[in-house]
Amino acid sequence: MTTTATASARARRGRYGLAQVTLMEWLKLRSLRSTWWTLAITVAGTISIGIAVGLNTRNASGDLTNNALAGVVPGLLLAGALGVLTMTSEYTSGMIRATLAAIPRRPVVLAAKAAVLGAVTLAVGEAASFVSFFAGGATLRRGITAPALSQPGVLRAVLLAGTGFCLIGLLGLGLGAIIRHSAAAIAVLVGGVYVLAQFIGAVWRGAAAYMPILIVANSLSTTKPEPCQGGAAQCPHFLSAWAGLGVLCAYAAVALAVGAWLLARRDA
Amino acid sequence: MIEARDLTKRYGPTVAVDALSFDVRPGSVTGFLGPNGSGKSTTMRLILGLDRPDAGQVRVAGRGYRELRWPLREVGALLEARAFHPGRSARGHLAALAASNAIPRTRVDEVLDMVGLAGAARRRAGKFSLGMAQRLGVATALLGDPAVLLLDEPVNGLDPEGVRWIRNLLKSLAAQGRTVFVSSHLISEMALTAERLVVIGRGRLLADTTVAELSAGAASLEDAFFELTSGAVEYRPTQGRMS
Repeated sequence: MTTTATASARARRGRYGLAQVTLMEWLKLRSLRSTWWTLAITVAGTISIGIAVGLNTRNASGDLTNNALAGVVPGLLLAGALGVLTMTSEYTSGMIRATLAAIPRRPVVLAAKAAVLGAVTLAVGEAASFVSFFAGGATLRRGITAPALSQPGVLRAVLLAGTGFCLIGLLGLGLGAIIRHSAAAIAVLVGGVYVLAQFIGAVWRGAAAYMPILIVANSLSTTKPEPCQGGAAQCPHFLSAWAGLGVLCAYAAVALAVGAWLLARRDA
Repeated sequence: MIEARDLTKRYGPTVAVDALSFDVRPGSVTGFLGPNGSGKSTTMRLILGLDRPDAGQVRVAGRGYRELRWPLREVGALLEARAFHPGRSARGHLAALAASNAIPRTRVDEVLDMVGLAGAARRRAGKFSLGMAQRLGVATALLGDPAVLLLDEPVNGLDPEGVRWIRNLLKSLAAQGRTVFVSSHLISEMALTAERLVVIGRGRLLADTTVAELSAGAASLEDAFFELTSGAVEYRPTQGRMS
């Protein structure tokens, strides 16, 4: 049998690595209709909110770029859920056993998932962010000038808002690897990142700047720092765009590292 | 070749697999028998590196499973009937796994043909009957054309035609010189399929023998099995050991 001959010839050299596993994960993600629905709704939702905010903008002195990107924060939720499901759906279905039997060096599996999910959510996030920016600008009423990418901080805000999708997606993937159950992991993501973080931010001003969603809303997607009325004591001192990006990367990296460690240690 | 040495696995206070040692040799079908809950599936998971043993070790094709260079091309496994995402097609499922071990894409259609799923290759696997799901599991196991095959209860959910198909498939794979290790709690099926038997009860080895040898001392293989495993039920697990 020719395939036997080729397979055994190939089996003698080399070993599976990130390239093969990444291709597997791309084929897995691509072959599910739910992936494309989730991403389509993410983009459509993000853009619609940007348009709605554009149509209702009356104050030309606000951060119009930040307004046009108002749909990013709700949109992130779906990117995060996609990240969670990329991992937990394998446990729900039992596919994880097939995956880990094919690739017993488990951290490679999570690395490949992160590469594929990260690339897809980055591409989709940037598309959503840029289209929102232009659509939100185009729908501004007469007399209000739309922001341009050439203005200070605008291109940075639009680009970094797009990276938010990728980083929250990766945070979701890490949580999925840690928690393994779809409903529980999504609950932790939504409850922790959206609800609890907002609550902590409201109660403890000093911590607000470090809450993921507030980083996306107030550090990544703004062109200028939030003006603070009533003195520094009442206002959160938000991180700069790049510091915010760094903190968000750290969250995703920690979740993935803990997820990889647990994945390697636990029985599948 | 599968070599288990003093394999032990505990889940909390329960000892699922208890100092289990056996060899599964190439060239014949080896049945893995034991009552429900005797540790067959746990042993299979230990062989595949899915669970980590608390003590002992198991080698497949001369290595620990985690050291295999292209695992799917050396070991094929059917562990549970529905180890696939219900939203993915049979072809999509196999294509992804093939990619992970650099198995040529043409092999996907080959194994779909072999298990009789070519016509259903594009359908969502979640809609498959249990019998079709088992066939997809067998296709997954055969994907890498491996020298070692592990199948956990492969005839579950199959109709009589499917049962016969599995039986003949396993025999022909063994005749090609492969190592075929099949767990079952259906003694009559093992009597027809297997040449060698590994029998366990309460996680311990009760017999490592041939079908002929085991049934020689009793009226039937079934009687011999009950005699052997009754010891396990009565907490005298080593009593029936013969090797």
